[in-house]
This record gives sequence, C-alpha cells and structure tokens, in this order.
Amino acid sequence: MPNSFQIVVCSSLVPDPLQTLEPVAGPALKNEMMLPAVLDPWAACSLYEAAALAAAHPGSKVYLVAMAPKAKLQQVMMTVAQKVPFELVALDGPLGGFTDAQSTAAALAEAIAAIPALDRSKLLLFGGWESASRGAGVTLQTAGELLGITEQFQGVDQLTVRDDGQLEVLERVEGGRHQVSLCQGAPAVFGWATGNLAEPRNSPQMGMANMRGITPALMKAKPVKLDANGLSYVSAAVPKQTRETRLVRDMPAEEIAREIVAWMAE
Amino acid sequence: MSDAQFAVEGQTIERQTMEVDIACVGFGPAMGGFLTTLTREMAAHPDDPALQSRVMPGMPLQVLCYERADDLAAGVSGVVTAAKAIRQSFPELVSSAVPMLAPVKNEKVLYLLDPLGASKRSVALKAGDLLLRGAARDHAYELPFTPEFLNKHDGLVLSIGQFNQWVANEVMMTGMAQLWPGSPVSEALIEGDAVKGVRLADQGVLRDGAPDAGYMPGMDVHAALTVVGDGPVGPVGQSLDRHFGMPFGNQTREWALGMKMVVELPEDTPLTEGTVWHTFGFPEPEIFGFLYVHPERLASVGIFVPSWLKNPQRTAYRTLQHYIQHPYLWRYLKNAQMRSWSAKSLAESGTHGEPYLCGNGYARIGEGSGSTNMLTGSGVDEAWATGMQLAEATLELLREGREFTQENLQATYVARRRLSSVEQGVQQAKNARNGFQTGVVTGLIGMGLAGLTNGKLAVGGNIPRADQQIAPLEQSFSAAQLEKARAAVQQGALLQDALMDATGWPPIEYDGRILVSHQDALLMGGKVQAAPGFADHVLFRDPALCEPCRERTCIAMCSGQAITEGDGRVPAFDREKCVHCGACLWNCAHSTDGKHTNVDFRAGAGGFHSAEN
Repeated sequence: MPNSFQIVVCSSLVPDPLQTLEPVAGPALKNEMMLPAVLDPWAACSLYEAAALAAAHPGSKVYLVAMAPKAKLQQVMMTVAQKVPFELVALDGPLGGFTDAQSTAAALAEAIAAIPALDRSKLLLFGGWESASRGAGVTLQTAGELLGITEQFQGVDQLTVRDDGQLEVLERVEGGRHQVSLCQGAPAVFGWATGNLAEPRNSPQMGMANMRGITPALMKAKPVKLDANGLSYVSAAVPKQTRETRLVRDMPAEEIAREIVAWMAE
Repeated sequence: MSDAQFAVEGQTIERQTMEVDIACVGFGPAMGGFLTTLTREMAAHPDDPALQSRVMPGMPLQVLCYERADDLAAGVSGVVTAAKAIRQSFPELVSSAVPMLAPVKNEKVLYLLDPLGASKRSVALKAGDLLLRGAARDHAYELPFTPEFLNKHDGLVLSIGQFNQWVANEVMMTGMAQLWPGSPVSEALIEGDAVKGVRLADQGVLRDGAPDAGYMPGMDVHAALTVVGDGPVGPVGQSLDRHFGMPFGNQTREWALGMKMVVELPEDTPLTEGTVWHTFGFPEPEIFGFLYVHPERLASVGIFVPSWLKNPQRTAYRTLQHYIQHPYLWRYLKNAQMRSWSAKSLAESGTHGEPYLCGNGYARIGEGSGSTNMLTGSGVDEAWATGMQLAEATLELLREGREFTQENLQATYVARRRLSSVEQGVQQAKNARNGFQTGVVTGLIGMGLAGLTNGKLAVGGNIPRADQQIAPLEQSFSAAQLEKARAAVQQGALLQDALMDATGWPPIEYDGRILVSHQDALLMGGKVQAAPGFADHVLFRDPALCEPCRERTCIAMCSGQAITEGDGRVPAFDREKCVHCGACLWNCAHSTDGKHTNVDFRAGAGGFHSAEN
C-alpha cells in the first residue's frame, strides 16, 4: 500500500503538570507514586500527530511504547485510550524523572525491535523532543541510533508526506524560525515539539476499542530495570517560584500589563 | 432527522450508542466496594455462565464505570474511618500498600474557645466558656474521654484520593471492569418506569451547551443495570430524583461543606501518625473541625461549615484560615506547608435524605443514597458497605437468572442493606442532629442523647429547606457592621471578607506556606483545571430571583471563587475554577418551586488535579 506507515511513539509518564515537585536524593521526586500522572505532554503531542498521520494514510498503524510502573501505566491509559487509536507496548519500569537516557533508550529500542511484524521500511519513530520531567533531550535520538535509523529530526512542528513519498519536515531552529528539510521516507526519527494539533476530546468508544489491546499488553508488560551506567547526580532542583496573587476587578489589560512589567523590574 | 442526529454546519452528527451489561456512575468508596466485590468474583469464576456478557457473547460481563474527575485519584476528603467494611474486603490492608494510610492510634475531642472574641456565641455558651477557661490549655478544653459514638478505635486515617487510586488499580488488574476518568455523565436514560442506562455529557459545545466546532453528542450507554454512586450532588442521582421523586417525607435539607488542606508538618513535629482530633466551638460554635495525622508528617486539617450556620455570608475558605490559626492548632501548624487543598458538599440529612434505593434497571449506593451516619460523622465505610451489598445482590440475581427489576433489587440489595449495621447506624443517627436547628447547645445535647441511647432519644426539631436556613443579612449583622462592610466593598473588598472584618475577625497575614490567598489555594493546593469544550454546569434557574438577592450566599460559599459578582445582579460562573464541591446547590436563599434552590448544578468536567486529598 503506498505511503502507509508503522509509527512507533515512545513515551514515559510524568507527574500531572500542575503538581508541586520536590527533588530528593536518589535522585528522584518526593512522593512521585502518589502524584497524579499523565503521558509526557511532549510525547502526547507526537501521539496525536502520529494518529492524524495514520488516519490520513490508510494501512498505517500506531504503536505506543510506554515505560512506567505497571499500575501507573494502567491508570493513565484509561485517559490516553480515549484520545486516539493505538496499540500499546508496555514496559514495567521506573517512573519519571532523572532516569539515565542511555539505558532508557536501550530498553525502548529493544522493545521496538521486538514488535512482531515490524517493517523497518515503514517505520517512523516518534516521541517528544523534550520531556516534562527530564531535560536530557537525547533519549529518542539514542533509541533511533540503537535501531540504526540515521535520518533524525528534532523540534519538529510539522510533517507532511508529499505525493512522491518524500517527507517534508519543519524543525524549530534558533530565532523562532523553522528549518524545512526533505527526507526520502521511512525509516526516520521525529522528536516532536508541540506540533499543531489540539488534544483530542475523550471518546468513550475509542477507549473501549483501545482497551481490547491495552489490557493484554499490560498483563504481559516486560519488567525493565534501568542501569545507571555509573552516573552520579550532584544535585537536582526545581526552578524557584514566587507567587503573588491579587484579585482585581474591572482593571484594563494595559494596566495589568504595566503592573506586571513594573513587578518584574523590581 | 431523529433524536439521535444533529446538524452542525451542514454535517449530520449521530449520537453514538453502546451496549454494556452494567454501567456505573461515579468512582468513590461506594463504587470501590461494588467493583471490588463484583470483579473479584468474576475473576475467580471466569467460566461461570452467569457471569458472561449478555451484550458481547463469549466475553465476561461488560462492566464500565464513568467518573467525572480527570483522574481516578482525584478524590476528595481526608478521612478517619472505622473501616470495618473496607477491612472485610481487604483483611490484610496495611500502611505500606496505600500511601497516607495509618491506623488510628490516639484520638481526642477538643472544645475550642474563642481567643479573638469574634465568633457568635449565645449567652449560655459564653457562660460555659467562662467555666471551662480555667481548665483549658491554649484556649482549648480537652474532653476527658471520646464518646463511644465518635470513637474510631481500630480505624484508619486515609486519603480518599490515594485510597481510590489503589482500589482502582486493584479492580483494573482483574481485567474485569473498565474505569473511565474524565467522563462526566449528564443523566440517566429513563424509559417509562425503567432506567435503561446513562448519557455522557456533550463535548465540543459552547458555554450554553450549543454545538460548536468538534461537536460530539454524549454517548448513550445502554445497560441492564445502572449503578449510581455519583454522590450527594451528582447529576444522575438528581435526574432520578426529578423523575421518580423521593419517598414520602424524605428530602435532603441539611448539608455541610467540608473544606480541608493536606499539610506537611514541620520536621520537629511531636504529632505522630494515627493522631485524630475532633474539634468544635471555633471559629463558630456550629463548626466542627478535625486534624488527622498521616504517615511521613502529612496531616489533613479541615472544617465542616453546616447549612444550619444561618449566616448568609458564610465562607469556608476564610473560616478555615482562622481555624488553623487557633492557638491549640497553630503551635503545630505554623511552620507547616500546604500540599493540597479541597472541598466537597456532604449530605447531612442521613436517612432523612434517602432516595428510592432501586428501581427497574438501577440501584443507588453511597452517600447519595443516604448511607452517611450523621451521629458518628462517618460515611466512607458505610458507602463501601452499600457497594458490597449491591455487588452481592447483583451476583445473586445473575446466578439465579433474574432480571434487575425493582422487585428483585428490593428483595436482594435493599433487603441486605436493611439488615446491615449500616442501616442500624443510620436509624440510630436519624434525628441526632435535629437540635442544631435550634442552637448549638441544643444540638450537642441532642447528639449526646442519641449517642448514649442508641438513637432512642433525640431532640426534636423542624428542619427547614436549605434555602430557608439562610437568614437575611439584617438578622446576622448589625446595621453598623453592614454599613462598614458596604464601605469596604465599594473599595473593592469581597462582601464575605468585609463582613468578617466588620465583625472582628482579624485580617489573614499570608505566609506563602499555609496561609495563602484563595486563588493560590486553587493552584498550589487544588491544582484546579477544566478541559475545554464542555457546557457550564452551574446555572441560575431564574435570573429574576438573583436580581433582588441581597444574601449572595452562592458567591460567599463558592469554594473555588468560581461564582463571582457578574455584570448585572446575576452572578457570573467560571467553570475553569470550579472544584465541583456542589456548595452552590444548597447555598442559595431562593427557591423556584419550593423544592430546589435557584442554582442548577449539572454534569461538568474538570476539577481537582490533586491526589493527596
């Protein structure tokens, strides 16, 4: 079938972005298992882009390779499953932040290589360019290299499949501009920035359909123990926040802006 | 075009339908009890033909549960519970399994005196305060014993959010039920005298519910049995009450708003996990409070603001801030850090507010079914028990090949419930709080009498509707206080704050840790959020009733400051700030029909994103 793809999206789970995070020795996040979790928002954007691409190219399929403790994965999948169609490949591994990128990438690559009937000539590897809990920005790139995929793009905001099968890619570059690249086709790696698609609405029927594959995938989730590769962490901290909230009524936007500027200048 | 079709921008959109065996609404402790019991049995007997799906032959029963909150862990209420029914389901339940769980180790009841002289106290109460002052420490008098009816010995301190999350995982691990968060249910599907399932809320709509871009009509989920556990302000429960009415004489007239925060206690705190304090007397005599200590220096501290606090400008948030600063509590809390914050309405009518527990095709469980024990102040374990009872009844009916008719559910579920300790408890508690309508002292005497005589004796009392419990401003405040407050409002103050200032409550000195602005509590504590594309779920039925309203209680009592003064006299509603506590439903001084207040509380999305509550 012309221009059909096998799109593999890689993602971890991160604490819901509204949570207050507190790094602790380990390094880890304090009480991370207690916090509500979501699919990493960067990777979630790539999942929605993958689903849209697959829908536009009949015969395509989306896999979501997700790593987290099985119980957390199960909980988060109840939300993600309602968004877009995908087949889950579950890895029962550690949760969230500060995990070594090299060993994470190795686990992902191994799981991807083991997907039955995966056709490398149709393989597009998707994921987040960044992560909401880890800023290394190299996990996807490394996973691609381990899979032997040399065509790699980072900070992707748009992917268009041309009539001749070539892939046109918009990558973010410095100065708020995009770089346009052409790629002959699959296999290729795309680390997505935000993309252009809104989060899909929850569809109960979509959830039911996805669930038929998710439950078995969770049951056979492979335990993954990541090797720190001798890394040691000196310190970890979250950005310091200052919050000053005030309720105002009927204040013009210009005045609010002036006040904020004055406050920032202090 | 049929009822199930909608034309949007020239396109016809069909309302989707789905067939399941059992549709459940609301994932709280009651549904936890139901699904735990049901799915365990299904998993233990996978080949039992009675437990096979009628709608998907060859598959197990299709059991789906829809929850409005964005996450199954977004439960509200840090609780202390006797946990008898919960332990029946989980005999080996230990602290290490569920974060924030601790066995109750020490418990006490404190009467808090008013060190500020700002609360409204009757002459009798002031005389009592004088007598107790000598025996008090840090303006608190510790009762020499905890009355048996309040005692939670052998019980548990819990975070409902963490407990729900754990239970949800246990249920889903069986593979026998699906729990769908972020899925508000708007109403029950009723045909004649039978419930045929539920309808999910429309998505892709404007604030008024009109179709917008990406319109997706809420799906109809058809089921042989609909299990309703959506709490005291749930839209499905409300739709059933509207259609079927209430049993003669029953109505939920008494309410309370529970508001609390989870705090991290200072490193040198002497408070140990399992500590449980019940308080009363401050900030107002009618307000009960609590402090429960979880593991790892976490504590839940909060208050209950009841409907019988007749003050029309009652405001839970400011009141909570004064509560935690009471000298007895503040010495433990002053260096604490807020981690989470939440609020929810509690149906305080107990069995007086019991609806029809079942009908053709449906059954109701949990707090919305009147299971809360108003004497012991206990609802979680009772809710769990009602869920277990319905699951046992459901299994019995399935195995006997009987339909989910009202008669059959009555003979199995309701019969079990009537014979249970839950029923015994709510009957003993039935009139325990009636006395509070007359006054605090009478209320306490009534509770004591009911507690000591197992409900045989209680103080009588006529309980008015919730809207009639709100007194006019002039009855609650002097002319001078009102004048002072009005002047402050003109300077931009909120009326409820201005009135508390005018009555002698000191301003709150924010410390950025535990004393923060209400807006900061939404972001730092509640982490409140709402997905786009849903209609407003708070509506004012008759705007003409809001025009002359001077009490403005819906604004004062809104836990998320989501209801504010609008451009005209009709309040404005910002659904992105709504925490779904449901306080607006009963904090309105006006009624359109003698049954309901002027506030319509419907199905909506979003709310807390905090799991520590």
